[in-house]
Amino acid sequence: MTTTATSTVTSASNSSALTQLQRLEAESMHIFRETASEGERPVLLFSGGKDSVVMLHLAAKAFWPCPIPFPVLHVDTGHNFPEVLDFRNRTAERLKVRLEVASVQDYIDDGRLSERPDGTRNPLQTVPLLDAITDGRHDVVYGGARRDEEKARAKERIISLRDEFGQWNPRDQRPELWSLYNTRHRPGEHVRVFPLSNWTELDIWRYIAAENIELPPLYYAHERDVILRDGMLLAVGEYVTPRDGEDIERRTVRYRTVGDMSCTGAVESPAANAEDVLAEVATSTLTERGATRADDRMSEAAMEDRKREGYF
Amino acid sequence: MSVDTRGSLLRIATAGSVDDGKSTLVGRLLHDTKNILVDQLEAIERVSQARGLDSADLALLTDGLRAEREQGITIDVAYRYFATPARNFILADCPGHVQYTRNTVTGASTADALIILVDVEHGIVEQTRRHLAVAALLGVPHLIVALNKIDLVPDAEQRFAQLNSDLHELADQFGVLALQTIPISALRGDNVAEKSPNTPWYEGPSLLEWLETLPDSAELTQSERFAFPVQTVLRPQSAAVDPELVDYRGYAGQIAAGTVRVGGTVTVQPAGRQTTVEGIDLAGQPLEVAVAGQSVTLRLSDQIDITRGDLISGVDTGAEPSQSVEAVVCWLDEKPLHEGQRVLLKHTTRVVRGIVGSIDGRLNLDSLSAESVDSFGLNDIGRITVRVAEPIFGTGYTQSHALGSFLLIDPQTGRTQAAGMIQDDSVETPGVLGSLKAEHGDWRI
Repeated sequence: MTTTATSTVTSASNSSALTQLQRLEAESMHIFRETASEGERPVLLFSGGKDSVVMLHLAAKAFWPCPIPFPVLHVDTGHNFPEVLDFRNRTAERLKVRLEVASVQDYIDDGRLSERPDGTRNPLQTVPLLDAITDGRHDVVYGGARRDEEKARAKERIISLRDEFGQWNPRDQRPELWSLYNTRHRPGEHVRVFPLSNWTELDIWRYIAAENIELPPLYYAHERDVILRDGMLLAVGEYVTPRDGEDIERRTVRYRTVGDMSCTGAVESPAANAEDVLAEVATSTLTERGATRADDRMSEAAMEDRKREGYF
Repeated sequence: MSVDTRGSLLRIATAGSVDDGKSTLVGRLLHDTKNILVDQLEAIERVSQARGLDSADLALLTDGLRAEREQGITIDVAYRYFATPARNFILADCPGHVQYTRNTVTGASTADALIILVDVEHGIVEQTRRHLAVAALLGVPHLIVALNKIDLVPDAEQRFAQLNSDLHELADQFGVLALQTIPISALRGDNVAEKSPNTPWYEGPSLLEWLETLPDSAELTQSERFAFPVQTVLRPQSAAVDPELVDYRGYAGQIAAGTVRVGGTVTVQPAGRQTTVEGIDLAGQPLEVAVAGQSVTLRLSDQIDITRGDLISGVDTGAEPSQSVEAVVCWLDEKPLHEGQRVLLKHTTRVVRGIVGSIDGRLNLDSLSAESVDSFGLNDIGRITVRVAEPIFGTGYTQSHALGSFLLIDPQTGRTQAAGMIQDDSVETPGVLGSLKAEHGDWRI
């Protein structure tokens, strides 16, 4: 981990009033140190998406100058953007963390999972994720979810207990008092920990800009062949081919979230760096998931249902 | 949406009874501050139409769980994030049912300001008293009572005046220091974001105006004496690390209170040693000074045996080792509390085994007096003594929230059973906490 002297988040720290970003950063570092100290075998869920990148950056800061004291786990749907996988591998190498990969494709190949009729693989991630947690005997699992993302997520605690089936019970959550976190659990259970709970999308982008954090290139404007489907711009490629009546167009786009190529939409944008994106996000009239995630449009309770089953 | 990057952050919590219109108020705040995006508004308009409503039901913005939408109630704390040109807000929307009081305690424990909703048609109810007690117990710096549905009563001005006077009297009894009452209509938006022409007799601020001008409590903590519970010891010993750092030994934590400077003298507990601060690091960046709220790593001049759970503090912090903890607790578990019960006590970064030595009384919210009981049930508030296997280094909660607060955890299930606030009877404390003091074996209030 190298920390640049130009970090604007920390350079203001000699003034007595902490900025919003300083408070959020400090809270996240506190959460990492607290839960990694109490847990036996933590693991961090790392997709290469901006939230998990920021989360990993904060973990590196929390334990500097020691290496991050846990591995990272990626649940690979098999439909990921190649530039994200490349970024994932490079980042793990740079930070010297062990990368574990749970492959949805393997599950489909040997019949443990079958492809959905709509071709979307995001809901299929739950089983490989839970198996990887069980096999790795991970008792503390870090996720990059933010409460501002979605209504069911807004109800999630920072420390969220999962039973041995990986299930979340929203009606029986532990009260979370002061900054005293309770990570106790019984054998077979684990806790999900969300260090970015209190960050908004805007905070994430401000932090990326302030800390000069590298992201996969597709977060910034680039030209790409896309088709318009269900109101979303989907990248044409191995997993998305034009249907009747759909035309391939070349447009300047970027992604607001990174997920499956088959269901993550791009937005038209000329934003070429973090500052540009920041300006764009601040004036956006759509939520990031509303704009670009087909999987969240399935039903009013789509996210809650997936979370109950043990999804991220 | 416009946000000042350096803008301050205010944490607020809401509490009220069922059907007081809390979710509607939160939805109204988000809506009137233009923090609802087009797709969110379209989604609730769709659902509202499907249910045959004339206008968008703003409560749908926060009721995120299926059961909540089905039953039309809020079940769990929902956290909301919104911003105005003046300030950023984190809002914990806490449900109203009595069985969810623990969620109010949760929300209030981190809140700079608590908004209690009262339906003016119903007036002050048991939940109002309970929420006032919680606010006083947890020492929430600012309390606001929003008198909702003011548009539904014919004699609004008189009704407001009466409730305002009753609430101030009650707040005085509980020792609430700062109370602001605001007549609102969450449904119509009266006095929520802007002053309403419908209540010309009300001269105070709108709810949002009030929230935008409240002082942020974070800076108050900075003036307290320095306290730094150690979370972990950082000693890079692997070859992967920079050879210059081979001898690095740092103590990582978040500054719970006060300020620390390089060269300053500190005390280490339980070692009982004094030393000086050699360096302060924030992930590789050296700092001269660090303040409450910052997560940093301290390097000390002397080699002292320090582990997770130890306390580095200013020499005058007043944290004394104690193996008998007297405290007021809010009982949050369905499983009742009995004398002799074994618990885990989490105080700062230290978890110790304990036994509940005695139950010293329970607060009766109707009579506002202490009563003698053998056990506590869910939502009870009262005083207990816990004996712990190893000393903790605490102060009274009113002196320092960071060093005066703890959790009780069930060793078997791991559930969080109680929020505890240490009582220091040698210090005069205002309000409910001070009143719940044992005097000649009795409790007075």
